[in-house]
Amino acid sequence: MNARFDSSRRDFLKQGALTGGALVVAFFVPGAHRLAQATEAPAEFAPNAFLRISADESIRVLLAHSEMGQGIWTALPMLIAEELDADWSKIQVEHAPAAPAYFANGMPMQFTGGSMSTWTEFERYRQAGAMARALLIQAAAQRFKRKPADCRTENGYVIVGEERASYGTLAPAAAKLAPPKTVALKEPKDWKLIGQPTKRLDSPEKINGSARFGMDVQFDGLLTAVVARGPVFGATVRAFDATATRQVPGVRDVVQVPSGVAVIADHFWAAKRGRDALRVDWDLGAGAALDSDAVRTDFLAKAATEGLVATQAGDAAATLSGAAKRIEAEYSVPFLAHAPMEPLNCTVKIDADLCEVWTGTQFQTMDQAAAARITGLKPEQVQIHTLFLGGGFGRRATPTSDFVVEAVHVAKAAGKPVKTVWTREDDIRGGYYRPAFVHKAEIAIGDDGKPAAWRQRIVGQSILGNSPFKMMIKNGIDATSVEGVADSPYIKDLANHRVELHSPELPVPVLWLRSVGHTHTAFVMESLIDELAHAAGKDPLDYRRDLLQQHARHLGVLNLAAEKAGWGTPPEKGRARGLAVHESFGSYAAQVAEVSLQGGEIRVHRVVCAVDCGIAVNPAGITAQMESGIVFGLSAALFGNLTLRKGEVQQSNYHDYRVLRMNQTPQIEVHIVPSTAKPGGIGEVGVPPLAAAVANALFALTGKRQRNLPLSAA
Amino acid sequence: MVSLNLNGKTAQFDVPDDMPLLWVIRDVAHLTGTKFGCGMAQCGACTVHVDGSPLRACITPVAAVAGKAITTIEGLSPDASHPVQRAWAELDVVQCGYCQSGQIMSAVALLKAKPDPTDADIDAALSGNICRCGTYQRIRAAVHRAAELAKT
Repeated sequence: MNARFDSSRRDFLKQGALTGGALVVAFFVPGAHRLAQATEAPAEFAPNAFLRISADESIRVLLAHSEMGQGIWTALPMLIAEELDADWSKIQVEHAPAAPAYFANGMPMQFTGGSMSTWTEFERYRQAGAMARALLIQAAAQRFKRKPADCRTENGYVIVGEERASYGTLAPAAAKLAPPKTVALKEPKDWKLIGQPTKRLDSPEKINGSARFGMDVQFDGLLTAVVARGPVFGATVRAFDATATRQVPGVRDVVQVPSGVAVIADHFWAAKRGRDALRVDWDLGAGAALDSDAVRTDFLAKAATEGLVATQAGDAAATLSGAAKRIEAEYSVPFLAHAPMEPLNCTVKIDADLCEVWTGTQFQTMDQAAAARITGLKPEQVQIHTLFLGGGFGRRATPTSDFVVEAVHVAKAAGKPVKTVWTREDDIRGGYYRPAFVHKAEIAIGDDGKPAAWRQRIVGQSILGNSPFKMMIKNGIDATSVEGVADSPYIKDLANHRVELHSPELPVPVLWLRSVGHTHTAFVMESLIDELAHAAGKDPLDYRRDLLQQHARHLGVLNLAAEKAGWGTPPEKGRARGLAVHESFGSYAAQVAEVSLQGGEIRVHRVVCAVDCGIAVNPAGITAQMESGIVFGLSAALFGNLTLRKGEVQQSNYHDYRVLRMNQTPQIEVHIVPSTAKPGGIGEVGVPPLAAAVANALFALTGKRQRNLPLSAA
Repeated sequence: MVSLNLNGKTAQFDVPDDMPLLWVIRDVAHLTGTKFGCGMAQCGACTVHVDGSPLRACITPVAAVAGKAITTIEGLSPDASHPVQRAWAELDVVQCGYCQSGQIMSAVALLKAKPDPTDADIDAALSGNICRCGTYQRIRAAVHRAAELAKT
């Protein structure tokens, strides 16, 4: 099998899709004029931006979001197919081009993040299916000379009495009809697909090697680049000597770009060897002074001083100073790299009036705008071809479009199509980390053992600051730094509370990592609650139940996880359990971890998880995402630690930036709370409670409270 | 010039002897199912079979496998009918999918050596294959399922 593809054919296909897309933009706006007014019958029925039905019965769903493992390649088509009454076996899926029609609901950009894809598309994708169904019914009614009300639909057919017509045969006629202004959606009781555990549609191509990721893009004339980037953040090229590089067989060119020096060759291996032979004289700049231990010390000092107020009520300081009993605790978490399995890469081909970009990205339209700026083209002259993402976790959602910008510069400087490929070392050392954070909490404890006042100071770099999203910072508060604390039910329910934030600036580029602020705030909050329960002499479950009485969905997952885990029954000898519950992205998750210490290592044997994400669109996908979040959270809790000395990242690859392996993976059980509430997020929701559940279990086992991540077996 | 037997076909490749097999497979033979993840045999995404044994293509100089039978994911079966692939489909193992070619090749090699593996056998054979999406629990179950399917 040859995995190369014909660039020109693909160009043609994409142009075709874009032509439709441009008209489709208007089409989905009620009352706007539409595509199918064309004189010749279109080859396919394109009722809106998200759906194409062909005469051959194939149904193509266009995804406004990127598939990176989270399962929207299946969940979003389920929404369309549900309302369309489509034959599920006929569904084909593709990533949409970058275009305004695919902007996320209510936002001026096309992106994948914030666990938003399914719940933000819950209406729009169902509407897309319902509208197409209404037109197909209308076409059938005309054909059979019956009223639309006499027609019903089932599994890809419109049925009227004894007559039936397949969607494919109706598509050309349906394409000529004016869409209805409104369409009614099914009642939940009539759902056939939504709520059913449904297998992934991308599974077949991912088990035979044919699925195409950005890394797999190849076409005639395409060269590969590997870029030498500075050894510390902010370093710039003073001069370079490529004499030896140019002697490496296969090396075609060496060009300077803003981020460093690119070695361009026939294939990756020649480019990599060429880079190894390159000599670059770097001006290191201020980044060379950076030391992550010093950063932590500095953050702890800042935590002792007043910060900007994120939320407050009453007078926490007065209550604290008069409290007979209080706890004071400092927590810290390190920088983390996303380390997705597929190293970053981006392929760029620049022509006079067209720039094509092939990559796995979470940020299509920002990447498009960035490529337009560099090439001098208009955004609509930049085509973004989204391939499967070999993991994203936020790293492929860069407001600076870093890996796309660099690749466009490389292709522009080379004057040829180039795929820029990062090595694993480039990825680990390339920045855009989850920022390091320090929390300092002071909590007054009342006579009843419950918190009476709460003051918490958070110190860490702002993700939104220095990005195009900085307008989202209100009164100096980056919500992603304090989410999970400033809105915590434990804190908000208190008459006296105050949450403050320091957002120091550092030369390290930082970014959202799966569950963003909740990666640290859930660890801190749920550890603190455990500390309070211990101080009160209460069982951690009972203590939480008492505090969360007014928070039914927190309680729901907490009770379910505890029950399924056998909380209150003795665990196996040498083991202990810990629990945590946390709300994030509109959903609720509780986890009970069972741990032991074996041979100087923390061993997590079992994690029982309960999740309430409202309507569960694809329970199979939800279970997979919770398992995924737990493994991701456990990687961070046990191993995640990216450190800097003299500005240089100390880790480089999976041997020293460890992630969880199969032999370290616990038995995981996921229980979904039945719900009719509107859907919430799911891709990130499994991550937040994990570290606290494990830390609390370790406390139960050893009596030693761990307030820093990664956790220590010592 | 190196002669390789790739998925049953022999071809000559004009590449340096020390070029890793992975990059010959991907960038010269244009078989992209075998993945690059780490470049130092840490993640297993590049796992292929050489004379039936699993091998990390990213650190294997191409000259070392000249003339040997190399199987990549594309050569495992023409129609994804290998018991391991069927089990992977049945248990819906994949997520992002990037590591799965390597996981499958490691699992196939394990089952060849141990047709009835225990959980410990699976852990031992597959802990060299990282999955950042965390599909490990389904991989474990799918290997057991593949062992059953192989007998029917």
